Amino acid sequence: MNSNLLWVLVGCALIGAGASLVGSFAYLRKKSLVGDAVAHALLPGVALSFLIFEEKSLWVLFPGALIAGWLSLLSIEGITRYSKIKSDTAIAIVLSVFFAVGIVLLTHIQQGNYGNQSGLDSFLFGKAAAMLPRDISLFITVDLVLIAAIWLFYPYLKLYSFDEAFARSVGLPAKRLEFLISTLTVLAIATGIQAVGVVLMAALIITPAAAARFYTKRLSSMLGLAMAFGVVSGVGGVFISYLAPSMPTGPWIVVLLSFMAIFTFIFAPHRGVYQRYMSQVRHRRKMNDENVLKLLYHLDEANPGLNYSSTDLSAKRYFESGPLQETLKRLSQNGLLKSINSRYKLSETGHHEAMRVVRLHRLWELYLNVRMNIADDHVHNDAEAIEHIITPELEEALLKELGYPALDPHSSIIPGVKPALP
Amino acid sequence: MNDFWIILTGVLVAVNCGLLGAFLILRKMSMVGDAISHAVLPGIVIAYLVADSRNGVVMLIGAAGFGLLTTFLIEWFYKRARIQADASIGITFTWLFAIGVILVSAFTGNVDLDQECVLYGDIAYVPFDLLFWNDQTFGPTPIWLQSGNLILILATIFIGYRGLFITSFDPGFATGLGIRTGAWHYALMGAVSLTVVLSFNAVGAILVVAFLVVPPAAAYLISKKLPTLLWLTVLFGILSAVSGFYLAVWWQASISGSMAVAAGFLFLVVFILSKLINVRHKKHESIRFSESHIIAPTP
Amino acid sequence: MTVLEAHNLTVSYDKQPVLWDIDFEIPSGQLVGIIGPNGSGKTTLLKAAMGILPADSGYVRIFGKPINEVRERMSYVPQRQSVDWDFPATVMDICEMGRYRQGKLFGRLSKIDREIAADALERVGMTSYRNRQIGELSGGQQQRVFIARSLAQQAELYLMDEPFVGIDAASEETIIALLEDMRSEGKTVVLVHHDLHTAIEFFDWIVLLNTRLVAAGPKADVLTEENLRTAYGGKLNLLSKVTELIRKKEYPLREKRRTE
Repeated sequence: MNSNLLWVLVGCALIGAGASLVGSFAYLRKKSLVGDAVAHALLPGVALSFLIFEEKSLWVLFPGALIAGWLSLLSIEGITRYSKIKSDTAIAIVLSVFFAVGIVLLTHIQQGNYGNQSGLDSFLFGKAAAMLPRDISLFITVDLVLIAAIWLFYPYLKLYSFDEAFARSVGLPAKRLEFLISTLTVLAIATGIQAVGVVLMAALIITPAAAARFYTKRLSSMLGLAMAFGVVSGVGGVFISYLAPSMPTGPWIVVLLSFMAIFTFIFAPHRGVYQRYMSQVRHRRKMNDENVLKLLYHLDEANPGLNYSSTDLSAKRYFESGPLQETLKRLSQNGLLKSINSRYKLSETGHHEAMRVVRLHRLWELYLNVRMNIADDHVHNDAEAIEHIITPELEEALLKELGYPALDPHSSIIPGVKPALP
Repeated sequence: MNDFWIILTGVLVAVNCGLLGAFLILRKMSMVGDAISHAVLPGIVIAYLVADSRNGVVMLIGAAGFGLLTTFLIEWFYKRARIQADASIGITFTWLFAIGVILVSAFTGNVDLDQECVLYGDIAYVPFDLLFWNDQTFGPTPIWLQSGNLILILATIFIGYRGLFITSFDPGFATGLGIRTGAWHYALMGAVSLTVVLSFNAVGAILVVAFLVVPPAAAYLISKKLPTLLWLTVLFGILSAVSGFYLAVWWQASISGSMAVAAGFLFLVVFILSKLINVRHKKHESIRFSESHIIAPTP
Repeated sequence: MTVLEAHNLTVSYDKQPVLWDIDFEIPSGQLVGIIGPNGSGKTTLLKAAMGILPADSGYVRIFGKPINEVRERMSYVPQRQSVDWDFPATVMDICEMGRYRQGKLFGRLSKIDREIAADALERVGMTSYRNRQIGELSGGQQQRVFIARSLAQQAELYLMDEPFVGIDAASEETIIALLEDMRSEGKTVVLVHHDLHTAIEFFDWIVLLNTRLVAAGPKADVLTEENLRTAYGGKLNLLSKVTELIRKKEYPLREKRRTE
């Protein structure tokens, strides 16, 4: 039992690797769903091979699968190019009709007296447990071919995938590259249906690539990461179905893969949904902090030395009461405010910080007024938003651009402008 | 007589699916239709598990909710997670379908479903799936379901014709008129989900895509007006179902599969004929998925 | 009378501001051109005016009212390429769409509706094509059908998105003559124009955009060398840096205000 498990593990790992490599290119060229159609289309090829050769070895069925895969690609291209049918419809047509032909052949075989045909339907959902060592040799061959081809033609593939129009314009042999990519795709898919079947094969093509893309824009990293996802889910799926023998392997591989992908989409740094949400929360906090500081600064400018309660502040400028309380607390804890009996005033650091924000605000107003010809009374709202965004580098650029100005459009002093040393 | 019921079921499925599929094609949502038909599987399995003879239909309608869920998930992936449109579709339906298959194998004993049925249905069983009421039979249940569905669909198309027309052709202009294009979109998706679930028994989860897309596509090749498209879809659907049945008998193969193959063959014939007669078409676009292909039309 | 006004209009797409603090008014009975370089937000302005895109802040008023209250008085002609011309529909089908209304979507078109549609088709000179499938038409003919649909709405304000792109000279002349007729009938036509040089003569009023409003007003006032340089002379460096920052960090562009 153990050595069988080993073969299956190795097999699924190899399949996961190959499919995700090929899927990465498909993803970049936005042809992921074509891979889905090709996977479904392999069924009649496999069935026909069996009908002709009456043998179930993978090496025999493989050529049939390849031909069917190729035929499906040509059909999609042909329908789209030579009629008014749109590409998505063409994919759906080829997917379902080829699959139907496969089902017809399959059920025909089941009715007939072809010995040795049980298990042909394993191609529908995959039957990883039935993997044999000689199948593994096929997988290894295919993966080696894939890796070799990608290695050899890497720069061309990269350019072609990221920017096809440009690649064509610089004279890249588009037709041949297309042929190469298509062949590799069909190879990988024909291999993969052993593990997950024709229906779920699309997942191995699409999902690792989508997840990998989330972490990186570089092709090499993306390929590596996609492969990792593919291998991990392949191996993981096998383990799960080993632990629960009634469970089919294919779907578990897909479920595992999807969970990893969804986790990525939510929690990945920078691009993840959660991260973006937290980032927004942080920005709002910063905005609130700086607005409170600014308000206290203005109040100080008018009447120095006074303390203010939160109600006082709310009266002068609109704040939502809950966030306001939080902000006041936070600023006090960070030493930017001094608080006595729930009344607040700026500390020294707070004063410095407030001055910075006011400076940025007035600088931006001046910029809009002078460089963009925006009227004096229109610049305030804009600056309210932008003052929180301007980085120190931008501030320096602004100062230079405006020539270290002293006054803003409303003739208020711009605090803290230090002229550059000559 | 049994043959008649089977053929009639096939005809009804083909017509129901085709009519809705025509709008899917026009809105460039064929693959969303494909996704929905795969993704309702978990819903169907749960419905089978939970239902008894009384509330079976209600449960199936609940399963159709999974179809709508699919569209929301796809949109979430696309808009919130910012994944490409085609990958959003692919990730969603493979995931849900995998869950469905796991459920099927986990509950094989308790549920009248097996993996083959999932893929291509069991239309041959239809004549025996009789509707009982007060100890009297009224013909096969699927016929009633499909006929009811047909009436719904015809009513929708008849009453909502102009809304469907304008939101399919020019959602931007429709929004300008104040029409709620989003509502129409979700209504259509809901109808597709329901139809797919109701057709599941007969043709399974994958072949239903053939019925959704292939006859209307053939009609699309040669139609100049929308009513023509719809009529031809009905005609082609009927032809596919009837000829498919007899092909299945001849080939000794799956009936639903043969019906789908017949549809494909019909498409091929129309395709070739239309090229020979030189019906004019737009120049080709490359195979690229974009926003318009998956989400509620906001121009 | 002011037909269309925008106040502090800011619209962003994918967290990047496409229109920023736009402020202008358009008087009635003018032929107005919205021009600017690619990506300057011209189509966005039109869509915001139609309420198709939501504004981050600011607003648009048509005839002094919010858009939803005056939809029957305005008409939108989208870009020709935004539609699939392989759609199985005839010229007359499209023209009659102009008679659809949100409330009246179910039920038949009346005889009067059909007459209005037929008249509109006549005005653009496409009556003999009424039963053709729209894919069989040339670009200029398609554009005319779009305008006929618009005319069938019998609106007072027309918003058109790049109607002169990719059409033949004869169609362009027909359309210009038609628009001038509409102006003499007191209608207002606002169109996004794709080009700075062609057909510029026939506009009365210009809105010059480059994400910001560069200038708006009578043609002679707006089309000065300085304005054109500001609009077309390449993006201002600091401004684009800030814009990029906003986009990368997805800053909420506007804070919550009591009145909004």
